[in-house]
Amino acid sequence: MQVLDRRLNPGGKNLENRQRFLRRAKAIVQQAVRQASKSRDISDILEGGEVSIPARGVDEPRFHHGGGGIRDQVMPGNKKFAEGDVLPRSGGGGGGGSKDGGSGDGEDAFRFVLTREEFLDLFLDDLELPDLAKRRLAEVEHEGIRRAGYAVSGSPVNIAIGRTMRHALGRRIALRRPSPQALALLEGRLADCGDADGRAALQSEIAALEARMRRIPYIDPIDIRYRRFENVPKAVAQAVMFCLMDVSGSMSEHMKDLAKRFYMLLYVFLTKRYRHVEIVFIRHTDRAEEVDEQTFFHSPATGGTVVSSAFEAMRRIVEERYPPDDWNIYAAQASDGDNSYSDGALTAGLLRDHILPVCQYFAYLEVGDADEGGESVASRSSLWGVYDSMRDGGQPIAMRKVTNRGEIFPVFRELFQRRQANEKVAS
Amino acid sequence: MTTDAMERLYEGADWDFPILQRLHDACENIALKELGLDVYPNQIEVITAEQMLDAYSSVGMPLYYRHWSFGKHFTQHEALYRKGLRGLAYEIVINSSPCTSYLMEENTATMQALVIAHAAFGHNHFFKNNYLFKQWTDAEGILEYLNFAKGYVAHCEERYGEAVVERTLDAAHGLMSHGVYRYPGKKKLDLREEEKRERERREHGERNFNDLWRTVPLGPAKSLSELSVERRRSLLGLPQENILYFLEKSAPRLAPWQRELLRIVRQIAQYFYPQGQTKVMNEGTATYVHYRIMNRLHERGGISNGDFLEFLQSHTNVIFQPGFDDPRFSGFNPYALGFAMMRDIEQIVTEPDDEDRHWFPEIAGAGDPMPVLRDIWANYRDESFISQYLSPRLMRQMRMFQLHDDPAITEGIKVEAIHNERGYHRMRRELAKSYDVGWSDPNIEVVDVDLVGDRRLILHHHVVNGRLLAEGEAARVLQHLADLWGYDVLLREIGPADAVLKEHSCSPKGMALAA
Repeated sequence: MQVLDRRLNPGGKNLENRQRFLRRAKAIVQQAVRQASKSRDISDILEGGEVSIPARGVDEPRFHHGGGGIRDQVMPGNKKFAEGDVLPRSGGGGGGGSKDGGSGDGEDAFRFVLTREEFLDLFLDDLELPDLAKRRLAEVEHEGIRRAGYAVSGSPVNIAIGRTMRHALGRRIALRRPSPQALALLEGRLADCGDADGRAALQSEIAALEARMRRIPYIDPIDIRYRRFENVPKAVAQAVMFCLMDVSGSMSEHMKDLAKRFYMLLYVFLTKRYRHVEIVFIRHTDRAEEVDEQTFFHSPATGGTVVSSAFEAMRRIVEERYPPDDWNIYAAQASDGDNSYSDGALTAGLLRDHILPVCQYFAYLEVGDADEGGESVASRSSLWGVYDSMRDGGQPIAMRKVTNRGEIFPVFRELFQRRQANEKVAS
Repeated sequence: MTTDAMERLYEGADWDFPILQRLHDACENIALKELGLDVYPNQIEVITAEQMLDAYSSVGMPLYYRHWSFGKHFTQHEALYRKGLRGLAYEIVINSSPCTSYLMEENTATMQALVIAHAAFGHNHFFKNNYLFKQWTDAEGILEYLNFAKGYVAHCEERYGEAVVERTLDAAHGLMSHGVYRYPGKKKLDLREEEKRERERREHGERNFNDLWRTVPLGPAKSLSELSVERRRSLLGLPQENILYFLEKSAPRLAPWQRELLRIVRQIAQYFYPQGQTKVMNEGTATYVHYRIMNRLHERGGISNGDFLEFLQSHTNVIFQPGFDDPRFSGFNPYALGFAMMRDIEQIVTEPDDEDRHWFPEIAGAGDPMPVLRDIWANYRDESFISQYLSPRLMRQMRMFQLHDDPAITEGIKVEAIHNERGYHRMRRELAKSYDVGWSDPNIEVVDVDLVGDRRLILHHHVVNGRLLAEGEAARVLQHLADLWGYDVLLREIGPADAVLKEHSCSPKGMALAA
């Protein structure tokens, strides 16, 4: 015989197979998720749900019997059944619940349900905040602890009682520790017993049992198990996202709806993807105010339009709370593009001198009415013109215009698509 | 048995290579001298958890061709393992000569002893002696053949592109369960020959290649219409239950390399065919052998009391059989049933009671259990083993009962038999039948091809007890089949008295496999 040590052989023999599988699975599901999200309302997206993926997916079909038909089955563990008993069928019908329930539509696609987490994961998979962590990686922090099996040593608070008792019970059975009942039985017999010889025999038997019980403890230190935990360290980057929304009177209901959808998506994306991103909500009319998310999304406001007020508010907040050296700063602005004429120069100046220098990335979303055209339309808004010239000057601004709901997802994706390292942010 | 004391084999949980060697030698001594086992030479390999996962996903084989489905299995196993939902097997053993057993490095010394006894002697003996394995598998050639298969698939991928190779393999895998011969053929499988055959054929093709042949005009095609159905069927070797074999030989539009891929999948399926039919026996044998060996080692002082307790714990875990109403229940545990039956036979042979004498007159009281067991291990498969040797005592102990589910009985499911005098025979027959692959796998065969017409391939599924195929999946497998065949495919489900219960038909998808 031969003993070989294979441990040093290169591992990852299945790496190639795994990659092939992932390629196959991921592309399919992701595509399906995109497809599904186009036809959905934003609140539905948060719910996750059913997606169908093409049959040439990741299942491995085989010929096998479906449900139905006469079948006999032998099983262990009968407790009370007698021959000839008839047991009512439970809802699904006896034993053979077929796995491919919806076989009717199994022709071209099969469906499966994704949880909210899975859905969002896939939906947001290749999105990211650009240039994150360029500034400074925050110190390594412990992301808490996670269960990691059992150990034979540990702190008393972590004793795994179930596991310990199971070991103890197994050991007691294996070593034949006398049960208290057996002892009680003998003692009962002793009490009833009349003749001296019998008593002596019983007494010695009891003494032997007791000695055995003492020798084999109820719980032995070797039985004890502790729950084991381990720390999972993770590096984090600090980031803050400023959401600047125009809620002035010139914004129609439709436009506000588009803007809110956009921010909702952004909000979901950030909270889901980055645990350490802070979000600052600023809404403005001719005055800007910092609000909480409830107000931002749900409470109405109206007035004139002074965009610089929002930038001013942002600048102030950055100064007070988010030193640019330590924070990655992002901003997303949504507006219909109207601004008061007098404010144009001030807005451009603020943006150029104070906002853009501290920002990693600035996304501008212009919302329009449903009957308007896309970005190419000649009627450029005043803000669009200002930003456009700045973008041409090499500033990290990305701009998109949306006019109806269906465009929100694609535009959002474009704005936050993961980029190759050498690709420019400004597009 | 008298105890001929031996030295303690190890102390504590740690092991090293000399200890493995000592364990192996001690186990070997007992296995060969006391149990009279007959084994292939052993090769023991120590691997890590990750390597174990690797081995898992390629059905335990140390090397395999590349395919995404192995990656899928790996990902599943890995996810379960990482979450702590499932431990890994302590070993994997391969039916090859020398017989390779993989041991995990994390195992304690006791576990290594258990695993060596279980795999390197229990399974090993079974592989070498059971008639199914002797008939169907070629233990000497399998590793070389897998190596050839791996190389061949890689070569095809390089030459014809990954996508089309993958599609061919997908389709072949779908038909894998219907790519085996169920009855022994004329000659034994010789996997070494396989590789040589393929190489020679290719060389022959290359030597005789002459482009001029392409330009030679062909005579007028012979009309096939006068061929009688009988003649046509006999020319094609129909009916044929080995669908992959039929496609390999007769599918009109496959390239030669695709036929070779089908052949590879088919050969491997055939190699695994006995394992599916002997789960209970194979595990029962291995578990019984490790139980005997470990007990002997303990008796003789080779294993300390504490370590023996550890062994008992893993042993009881392995042979745990939850009842039907337990959430953990998923059918009979082959280890539990197999081990219980082996122990039961041991008791019948050594200390029979009247019932045993009545039920098993030929083995009851034979005295020494080992010759009886060795004979059983060599000459039975699960189905025949259970129908012959499941004893009333064991049926009582496991409290077996039989349910009869007939959709025609609307009141519900009937309890057909329980563990009483009237039920023993019926239950034993039913349980044995559930281990019969001929019964549990759908019986599908190729029956005809419309050669003069649209070349439609016709298959029949012989329906027993009204159990039809699962429709959705059948349609997908049929799609694979149609892609390989290149023309339409029709599957009829034939009930009693040749009534057609259902028809599935399928056309090859636009992107056919064959050029």
